[in-house]
Amino acid sequence: MAPILSVEGLSVGFLTDLGFRETVHEVSFSVERGKTLCIVGESGSGKSVVCQAILGILARNGRRTGGRVLFEGRDLCTFSEREMETIRGKGIGMVFQDPLGSLNPIHTVGRQLRETLILHTDLDERGRQRRAVELLRMVGIPEPERRLASYAHQFSGGMAQRVLIAMALACNPKLLIADEPTTALDVTIQAQILDLLNRLKTEIGMGILFITHDLGVVAEMADDVVVMRHGRQVEVGSIQDIFVRPQMAYTQELLASMPHLNRKAPIYRENA
Amino acid sequence: MTLALPWRRWGRTAPTKTRQRYPAVVVLAMLFIVFLFCIFCFADVLAPYDYRAQSLRHRLAPPIFLGGTGTHFLGTDELGRDVLSRLIYAIRFSILVALGGTAIGALVGTMLGFLAAHFRGLVEEIIMMLADVQASLPFMLIALALIAAFGGSFLLFIFIMGFYGWEIFARLTRGVVISAQGQGYATAMTALGATPWTIYTRHILPNIMSVLIVQFTLNFPQVILLETSLSFLGLGIRPPLTSLGQMLGAGRAYLTTAWWIAVLPGTVIFLTTMSISILGDWIRDRLDPTLRGSSS
Repeated sequence: MAPILSVEGLSVGFLTDLGFRETVHEVSFSVERGKTLCIVGESGSGKSVVCQAILGILARNGRRTGGRVLFEGRDLCTFSEREMETIRGKGIGMVFQDPLGSLNPIHTVGRQLRETLILHTDLDERGRQRRAVELLRMVGIPEPERRLASYAHQFSGGMAQRVLIAMALACNPKLLIADEPTTALDVTIQAQILDLLNRLKTEIGMGILFITHDLGVVAEMADDVVVMRHGRQVEVGSIQDIFVRPQMAYTQELLASMPHLNRKAPIYRENA
Repeated sequence: MTLALPWRRWGRTAPTKTRQRYPAVVVLAMLFIVFLFCIFCFADVLAPYDYRAQSLRHRLAPPIFLGGTGTHFLGTDELGRDVLSRLIYAIRFSILVALGGTAIGALVGTMLGFLAAHFRGLVEEIIMMLADVQASLPFMLIALALIAAFGGSFLLFIFIMGFYGWEIFARLTRGVVISAQGQGYATAMTALGATPWTIYTRHILPNIMSVLIVQFTLNFPQVILLETSLSFLGLGIRPPLTSLGQMLGAGRAYLTTAWWIAVLPGTVIFLTTMSISILGDWIRDRLDPTLRGSSS
């Protein structure tokens, strides 16, 4: 089966005070239907920039400099801004790192959900309301009818992230991009959100492109893994390949950087 | 769970200390504004005489508290026109000019601010340069030049008043919009396929509204004062129409013999600008979360 998304030799550059600099160099990977691809790498390795480039929401000074982004066989790089607006939300949904900041503080979550539905569906007022309740129930928010009237500040981080997942899934996208969705959450909530994403993946059959720096999360989520460093793709492979038989030195180091139960952190070792 | 209303937060009282939510000055200012608004709406009903009707036999009649008769409650002016009726209509015209002028300025300025923030680059440079040009010239000079060039119809006068203060709105809007564009909710909506227009009108504008409302209340009294100055110089509202500034200007020749003609509209100007400034300050304090709870 053809992959939902395949990125071929994607390069991105930014115009800075020092002139135009390419920061992401020739990244290639593909996301299959019903599978999760994790991009893992340290801070500043270019993970988020790759996602933004896929959706065409790079910062004002950023630009794709090469490569293709094939979504269902069509190259998104050739799309106009108007065509991209129909892909965003409807074809590809996205969830961000900071859940509470991603909700507008002055609108109720119900209004924001309904607005997402206005963008891409023909549902009428009642239909939107019904769908909004359905979505909140789907992401496991109790008493969805009442929670629709709440504001962002009345939600905890985990609940807000569920709302954002609901918004991203409102129009049944084929692909969900999750840019470090659990980084701002504590560990128990993190596990719940990951479970939720895994459940939705099998229920809806969408592909997930998951960005993280946490190898524990990778182990839990990924079918395939891309390791990135300094804007370059270091290694690509299935989860088995990467965790059991890492080929590149950086991947091995990355795996070794995970703390182990039976080994103390270096700072304590020296004093002991 | 209690019902979630945003204004709940504004009016929140600390449980330990009883806080006076509306200081007396603010209440007085509010009452005065409401009073003015009533006069603005019902000027036709409230005015005892036609504000243009002259009666030379009764010219310069003193108001009732200076021994005048009850027929002209606040006396008459140099042409025998009833001061109370003229004052009532003056309030109507002055408020109309100030409200219209401020609204035009706010609308134009806000739109230009949005355009500058959206397009950046050359568009932003041009808009900000125009704002700088206006800010570096005394507005009185600009207004005089425009009136000299285009004459002094009532509508044009409102338009000129609208010219005042747009640059402050433009600058302010540009700044807050640029900072709002970087907010998570703007990015999130973009990623969900919202057009920039949707994001600006439905998400960013409501978020920056409080800033704009405060600027509106700061601009309003300034426009009233500007209208007053121009009318005082005989360049604004012209007789037989009346405005607070026009009454003040016309009455200054009789300040020694019939002071009420000038002093009464002067008092109204003073009270109006002060009331709106007080209210504006108070609203700003209420809307600014960092100031909330520290004052009053």
